[in-house]
Amino acid sequence: MPDTRSPLDGTWDVLVAGGGNAALCAAIAARRAGRSVLVVEAAPRFYRGGNTRHTRNMRCAHDHATETLTGPYIEEEFLDDLMRVTGGNTDEALSRHMIAESKSMLDWIQEQGVRFQPSLGGTLSLGRTNSFFLGGGRSMLNSLYATAERLGVHVVYDAEVVALDIEGRTFRAATVRHGDADTRVEAAAFVAACGGFEANIEWLKEGWGEKADNFLIRGTPYNRGTVTRMLIDAGMQQIGDPTQCHAVAIDARAPKFDGGIITRLDCVVFGVVMNRDCERFYDEGEDIWPKRYAIWGRLVAEQPGQIAYVVFDAPNIKRFMPSLFPPVEAPSLRELAEKLELDPEKFEATVTAFNDAVVGGFPFDHTEPDGNRTEGLAIGKSNWAQKIETPPFYAYPVRPGITFTYLGVKIDSQARILTGDGNGTPSDNMFAAGEIMAGNVLGQGYAAGIGMTIGAVFGRIAGQEAARHGA
Amino acid sequence: MEHKTAALAEADRLMTVCNSCRYCEGLCAVFPAMEMRRSFADGDLTYLANLCHNCTACYHDCQFAPPHEFAVNVPKVLAEVRNDSYAQYAWPAALRPVFRRNGLWIGLACAALVTLFLIGTFLWNGAEMFSAHTAPENFYALMPHNVMVALFGPAFLFAILAITMGARAFWRDISARDMGDGAGQAGIDHARAGHDAGALTYLDGGGDGCMNADEQTSDNRKLWHHLTFYGFLLCFASTSTGTLYHYLLGREAPYPWWDLPVVLGTVGGIGLVAGTLGLLRAKLRQYRDVRDETRFGMDTAFIAMLFATGLTGLLLLVLRATPAMGVLLAVHLGVVMTLFLTAPYGKFVHGIYRYLALARYARERRGALGAQHA
Repeated sequence: MPDTRSPLDGTWDVLVAGGGNAALCAAIAARRAGRSVLVVEAAPRFYRGGNTRHTRNMRCAHDHATETLTGPYIEEEFLDDLMRVTGGNTDEALSRHMIAESKSMLDWIQEQGVRFQPSLGGTLSLGRTNSFFLGGGRSMLNSLYATAERLGVHVVYDAEVVALDIEGRTFRAATVRHGDADTRVEAAAFVAACGGFEANIEWLKEGWGEKADNFLIRGTPYNRGTVTRMLIDAGMQQIGDPTQCHAVAIDARAPKFDGGIITRLDCVVFGVVMNRDCERFYDEGEDIWPKRYAIWGRLVAEQPGQIAYVVFDAPNIKRFMPSLFPPVEAPSLRELAEKLELDPEKFEATVTAFNDAVVGGFPFDHTEPDGNRTEGLAIGKSNWAQKIETPPFYAYPVRPGITFTYLGVKIDSQARILTGDGNGTPSDNMFAAGEIMAGNVLGQGYAAGIGMTIGAVFGRIAGQEAARHGA
Repeated sequence: MEHKTAALAEADRLMTVCNSCRYCEGLCAVFPAMEMRRSFADGDLTYLANLCHNCTACYHDCQFAPPHEFAVNVPKVLAEVRNDSYAQYAWPAALRPVFRRNGLWIGLACAALVTLFLIGTFLWNGAEMFSAHTAPENFYALMPHNVMVALFGPAFLFAILAITMGARAFWRDISARDMGDGAGQAGIDHARAGHDAGALTYLDGGGDGCMNADEQTSDNRKLWHHLTFYGFLLCFASTSTGTLYHYLLGREAPYPWWDLPVVLGTVGGIGLVAGTLGLLRAKLRQYRDVRDETRFGMDTAFIAMLFATGLTGLLLLVLRATPAMGVLLAVHLGVVMTLFLTAPYGKFVHGIYRYLALARYARERRGALGAQHA
C-alpha cells in the first residue's frame, strides 16, 4: 500500500519557517531542549538556506585572540562599530543583548559542527573581528543541517508557508504548501526565520517605485517576504520601511538573482564613476573600504536607468579583487564610450575635466586616504584621484545589487514577535530570527558579518524560548 | 585566453569564478595557488588540476554548483584536465592513445603477459610446473634467478625512463612562471612536497575529512590510499631486500617466514589488498556528479592491478610449498610485469605529477611568504 502521509504530518512542538542560519540555530536549540521540531524550507534542497549560502563570516565579540582570530574584539568595540554604521539607528538594548550573546556563539556554533578558518585573502581588515567559515556559507549550512538531522530535527524542502492561523496573540497553525498539497501544521510555537523580501520586486517597488525593476538581487530568489506580510497583516508590529536594505554596486551583467559574491566590484576608488549621461554624481574618494562599498548601491539607484560606469585606466587593473566578468576594454576613451553605448564627446569631456582637476602628487595608496584629490570640480574626488590617461582604458557597468532587506517584525530580547496593539505586547508563542527581524538591530547601514550574528544569536534565543513557551 | 581542449577552457572559466569568490581557500592547496594568479594558461591549469586530490569538499561547499546557472564543478573538471595531462605527457608520444581506453589496454596487457609467463614456464619446465617444490630453491627450480632479473630489470628501467621523460615535460610546463631563485631552496620545497604527498595533507577537505558519497565528511579514502601506497612501498622494499640478500649476502630465496623480505612482502601485500578494496569501494560510491566517468576504466584498472599484485603475491607465499606454486608464480610475475610496463601509461603517474605539483606549490608559497615579509 502506498504511503499517503505527508512528510509534514506529525505532532510538532516547534514549527520553524525558513532554512538558513537563523532557522537552523533555532531548530537545533529547540531540539536540544527536547522539543519535536519541524523545519519547512521553501527552497529545494540545493537552494536551501537562503542568503546564508552566500555568506562567509560572522562577527562575534571575543576577549582574546583565537586560532583563527588575530586579536580581541570586546563588546564595547562591537557596540561602537554598530552605533557608527547605523548612525545610532538601532534598538540599543537589543543590540547590547545580541553582542553579549555573540560571545558564547563562537563556541556554540562550532559545537554544532561549523568550522572556522583565518580570514580569506583580500579580507585582512576583518581578520580580528570576523570569524570565517571554512568552505563558506554553504559549508556552514551543510554542517548545521547534518547536526540538526542527527539530533532528530525534521526538515522538509519545497515547503512554503502560505497561510497562518493566528488568534489574537497566539499562533495556532500554519498552512504549508508542499507539492500540490496544502497541509495544516499545528505547533505549540512558531519561529519565523525565513529571510527578507528582496526577491519580491513588487514589494520593493512600494519603497523604490519603478526603479526596483532595475535592481539585481544578489541572493536567493526564495526570499519573497510571504511570512513577513502575513505576520504584519495578522497584527504584528512592523519594523523598518521598504527602502531600507543593504545595497551595493555590482556588475550590471550579473544574473537577476543569486549572483552572490562573485559579481561584486570594489574598484570605485581607482577611477571615476559616471551615469549614463556621462556625468559624475558622487565623490569616489570619500571613504575607505568597506564603508564606501555599502553606499554605492543606493547612489546608483538614484541615477537614470539605475546604471553607472566605473572608468579607470591600465595601471589599476590589478589593484582589486578579480570578479566574474572582465571589464569592457578599449584603446581610447572614445572607443570605450562607444562600446558602452555612451556619448563619446561627453564621456571624454568628463574624463578630461576630471584629469585637469587632479592635484596632490602623493604616492597612490588605496589603503588609506592619500591626499590625491581634485580641485575646482562641482563634485570632487577627495582622495585617490589619479589621471585617467594610460591605455588601455577600462569600464565596468554597475547596477544596485540588493543583498538583504530590513523591513520585518519587531521583537523583544526573547525574540518574541511584538503585537501591534500600541503597548507592544509580546505574542504568546511566535518568535522571529534572522533577516526578518534584522531591522531591530540595523535601522540602516551594515558592517560585515552582522547579518549572520543576528541570525545565529536570535535563532538560538528563538529556539530556546520557543522550547520553553511551546512545552 | 585560448586553450588546447574544452576541459582546459572550462577549467579557466571555473578558476575565474573561484578567484572572485575564494570561500574555498582553506580547503586545500588548489585555491591558494589559484589566488596567486589572475589569468590561467594551460600550464597553470594543468598544475592546479594535479594539485587537486579530488576530495570534492569544494563541490559540496559551493553555492554555485549545479543546478546553479554558474555550474561550478571544480572536482570534475580538474579531474578531466588532470587525466588529460597523464596522456599529454606520456612518453613516447606514440603510446598516448593507450590512455583513451586505458582499462581495456591494461586488461589486455595483463592477460597477454600472464599467458606468456604461463606458457613460458610450462615450455621451460613441462609437467614439473605442476608439482610441489619443497627443495630450498623452489621458485628458481621453475625460473632461474638470472632469467627473472633479465626479464624484470629492463622492464623496470624502461618504466623509469618513460616516467622520467613525462615528468620532465610536465615540470617544464608547470614551471612557466619560475621565480629563478636558484637550486639552493629546492631541497626544502621537495621535502615539503614529499611530506604533503606522503601524508596526503590535502586529502582531508580542510581538516574534517573528505567528502565522497555526499556532503558528509565520512570518507576513508585517505586510510585506503595509505594502506595501498605504503603497502606498495613495502612490497617494493621486500623485492629490493631480496635482491640485496641475493647479490650482497649470497642468501637466496626462499626465505623463512620471519625474514625481512617475507615480513615486508606479507605486510605490504595485506595493505595492498585491503587498501585497493577500500579504494574501489570508495570509487563506486563516489557522488556521480563529480566523477570523470570517461576515466573510470583507467582508475579501476590501476586499482585492479595493485590488488592483483598483492593478492597473487600473498597466495604465492601461502601456497609456495604446494603444487599450485608454479601457476601462481607465473601469474604473479605476469601481473608484476604488467604493473611495471604499464606504469607510464596509466594511473600510476598520478603520484609523480601530484608530487611535482606539490613541489611547485611549496616553491610558490615560499615565494609568496617571502614577498609578504619583504
